[in-house]
Amino acid sequence: MTKLTHLTIAEARDGLAKGAFTAVELASAHVDAMARARGLNAYITETPELALEQAKQSDLRIQAGTGGALEGIPLAIKDLFCTEGVRTTAASHILDGFTPPYESTVSGKLKAAGAVCLGKTNLDEFAMGSSNLTSYHGAVVNPWQRTGSDAKLVPGGSSGGSAAAVAGRIALGATGTDTGGSIRQPAALCGIVGIKPTYGRCSRWGIVAFASSLDQAGPMTRTVRDAAIMLESMCGHDAKDSTSAPMPVPNFEAALTGDIRGLKVGIPKEYRPDGMSDEINAVWDQGIEWLKAAGATPVEISLPHTKYALPTYYIIAPAEASSNLARYDGVRFGLRVPGKTLDELYAKTRAAGFGAEVRRRILIGTYVLSAGYYDAYYDKARRVRTLIARDFENAFKTVDVILTPTAPSPAFAPGEKGDDPVAMYLEDVFTVPTSLAGLPGLSLPAGLNAQGLPLGLQLIGRPFDEATVLRVAEVMEQAADFKALPSGLEG
Amino acid sequence: MAYVIQGETGDWEIVIGLEVHAQVISQSKLFSGAATEFGNEPNSQVSFVDAGFPGMLPVINAVCVEQAVRTGLGLKAAINLTSVFARKNYFYADLPQGYQISQYELPIVGNGEIILDMPDGSSRTVGIERLHLEQDAGKSMHDQHPSKSYIDLNRSGVALMEIVSKPDMRSPEEAGAYLGKLRSILRYLGTCDGNMQEGSMRCDANVSVRPVGSTELRTRCEIKNLNSIRFMQQAIEFEARRHIDIYEAGGTIAQETRLFDSGKGETRSMRSKEQAHDYRYFPDPDLLPLVLDPAMVETIRASLPELPDEKKARFVADYSLSPYDAGVLVAERITADFFETVARGRDAKQAANWVTGDFFAALKTSGRTIEDPPVSAANLGGLIDLIADNTISGRIAKEVFVLMVETGKAPALIVEEQGLRQVTDTSAIDAAIADILAKNPDKVSEFKSGKDKLFGFFVGQVMKATQGKANPAMVNDLLKKKLAE
Repeated sequence: MTKLTHLTIAEARDGLAKGAFTAVELASAHVDAMARARGLNAYITETPELALEQAKQSDLRIQAGTGGALEGIPLAIKDLFCTEGVRTTAASHILDGFTPPYESTVSGKLKAAGAVCLGKTNLDEFAMGSSNLTSYHGAVVNPWQRTGSDAKLVPGGSSGGSAAAVAGRIALGATGTDTGGSIRQPAALCGIVGIKPTYGRCSRWGIVAFASSLDQAGPMTRTVRDAAIMLESMCGHDAKDSTSAPMPVPNFEAALTGDIRGLKVGIPKEYRPDGMSDEINAVWDQGIEWLKAAGATPVEISLPHTKYALPTYYIIAPAEASSNLARYDGVRFGLRVPGKTLDELYAKTRAAGFGAEVRRRILIGTYVLSAGYYDAYYDKARRVRTLIARDFENAFKTVDVILTPTAPSPAFAPGEKGDDPVAMYLEDVFTVPTSLAGLPGLSLPAGLNAQGLPLGLQLIGRPFDEATVLRVAEVMEQAADFKALPSGLEG
Repeated sequence: MAYVIQGETGDWEIVIGLEVHAQVISQSKLFSGAATEFGNEPNSQVSFVDAGFPGMLPVINAVCVEQAVRTGLGLKAAINLTSVFARKNYFYADLPQGYQISQYELPIVGNGEIILDMPDGSSRTVGIERLHLEQDAGKSMHDQHPSKSYIDLNRSGVALMEIVSKPDMRSPEEAGAYLGKLRSILRYLGTCDGNMQEGSMRCDANVSVRPVGSTELRTRCEIKNLNSIRFMQQAIEFEARRHIDIYEAGGTIAQETRLFDSGKGETRSMRSKEQAHDYRYFPDPDLLPLVLDPAMVETIRASLPELPDEKKARFVADYSLSPYDAGVLVAERITADFFETVARGRDAKQAANWVTGDFFAALKTSGRTIEDPPVSAANLGGLIDLIADNTISGRIAKEVFVLMVETGKAPALIVEEQGLRQVTDTSAIDAAIADILAKNPDKVSEFKSGKDKLFGFFVGQVMKATQGKANPAMVNDLLKKKLAE
């Protein structure tokens, strides 16, 4: 029998239902694996007692026939979701000692569906980063390594801990959040599936905010089917989030029909910038071939404002962040560094509590909102954002889904991108436009590069059409037949 | 008469605009379900949203929106069917989120107006620039501990309407009339209780001066947090004088925010323009634009009560009251209702005189309020009926009224118990007259030789003889006849 930690969510669900193993056995296997895989630093907080207790309850419900959609499934929760009674850090020093007295809507829904919480996964501080190097709780190690090398690589970010945990077989699935690519890029770098649903699909209530107009929760799993199963339990309208969409939740798993005949797939010409590596181009072309073989039609499209997406994003996201992070002031919760005056308390607390990347973005955000600069930066960025969204609207008049690479490069080692933050920001070049347009985007593993590292492809859908994205993704997944295991996998 | 300040170089006029923060009457806060009641234990009415906890999100309270629309309609203002909430960013210990959710470029209410009733009977129209919804901050207490400040977040997140006037006022008196009238309208609408002592209505005044005849708008100073009409008027007067003195000494006014020291009766600088916060307003991404259904606005419009201006016009037209009396009676809705109960089916002028005269005086002396009046409207009406049907005279009625205040009894009962029913029996009055005339033969002959003034003496004597109960009109008639004999 396959090791319990190597099962997919769908397999584990069926095994639990059949009584092939118990939820406690499944949770124990993961608790043991987590202990062995601490080298990955995927978790900031492990909750083994909670997991085993929840698993015990799950077994009772399974026996009683009252189990939920995710009954007994061990999941990891990105440490950006507030979890009642479990400390929540956002990977920042400034939230020291913060244990929320409430549960985020999304993690609460997973709990209500019967999921077992293994712990809180590591991330870039306040979800700001593409490498997981900015975490106050240390870098996360990608379970994948280059062939013949034991150099540690980054898992991507910001949901790097979640991606590493799922790829490293220490969670069957994990929640992520995606503001500019934070689910899709680490999924690509760790060889797993990650979907950022349409903005408004999942409630943001109880998720530590980074950039409110962009933040979306989504699942990170090892298969497309698992992503469909998890997403269905995570999403739905929430009156506590005014930006949550009052839309019915489709049966995403049922959308996986395997039939994409006649679908038109957009291939945006702007996503082949000069200097993009041949291996990324090659895997993209391969993806197009798989779709053709399955009966879909590739159509070249143009998204003319793509080149403005990254600068637009790096105005809007820091602007919102500078305001969202104002509440971390040392007055009511988290870290406090005393000062002789209130201003000194603020300055000392925030200087000590925020890391360099977070401080950089707060400064950028404060600057672009300042009197005299607002029109030139923030307001202009808002208008460009509208143009970017219109590009997609126009494209979706002729195509059903869009295929692009997820990230411009595979996993890299810390320091390889140099000290220039802009080089790191370029990691999000293919994911950011989707975020600005609020569209659903999914990354799936499409193959390995010459060095044995996974490469991801991104599928982008119409608003609230995650079903089509998942359906196409599953067909590609079948074609890719991605069975490779991370080289750095423990035991 | 225009209000003018005489300076050494000439006459000056004041230009005043007011920003009023009016706390919305609602059970819960603008963006959270926490209660809004005043005066409870510190930090007992605080949700995680109000305390700015991580991941918490605002959800607009529909009641507060309706109240803002109702107020806008009451101010005859344009209702903006789409408005946008923006964040006003600044750091302070009693501002948990690090920003206040307010409205900036697109407020919920646009241009409107308020008509001021001046004591001399004239009226002035003051423009309303806008009304927007925003959250209140918490309260900092710096006097509870030698080295620490305490924070009470009960008020954090409570809905305020910021109502901004145009710079249309020209005297402290007009500013006072504006605040009074605004308060009256808000109370009629039931959208703000107007209680300045509890801080549910606070006022900032923008003041500048200019030479009489000039139409320029000179640099203004904003005086913050004036919590009574009297202080506001003092602050404006002081500030105007300060500006004039500076101009006349050849100086210039720096735009700044000032505070009023009510103890010293003066304003002092709080922060200069250079020190002014850059609030970095931007649309709040946690909230969608607020889009109103026109049908909802019309429903509210249809449910508006009769407002002070309309009521005043009706009182003048229907009851033939003077604009002044009508203005006094409509200032508070409950007073107007009291008056109308008294006046219904009776002589309105007489009802108005009783309400604004003896009744208001009794309110003052008894220390009671119109909500719990010393004399009910029904009883006051009953008293007027007793005058109308000649049961008692107006003079006796005054005595009866005093007894009504003291005992709370109905006027008819008091008249019976005290035997105050007036004498309308001709023979009884005739007998009293005969007696008086017989006792004062010299006065009678003086009267007859042309000393007309003595008529009043005879009337007084007859009234005295009948303990004031004789019907004065009958006394007059009968006395005239007798003296003519």
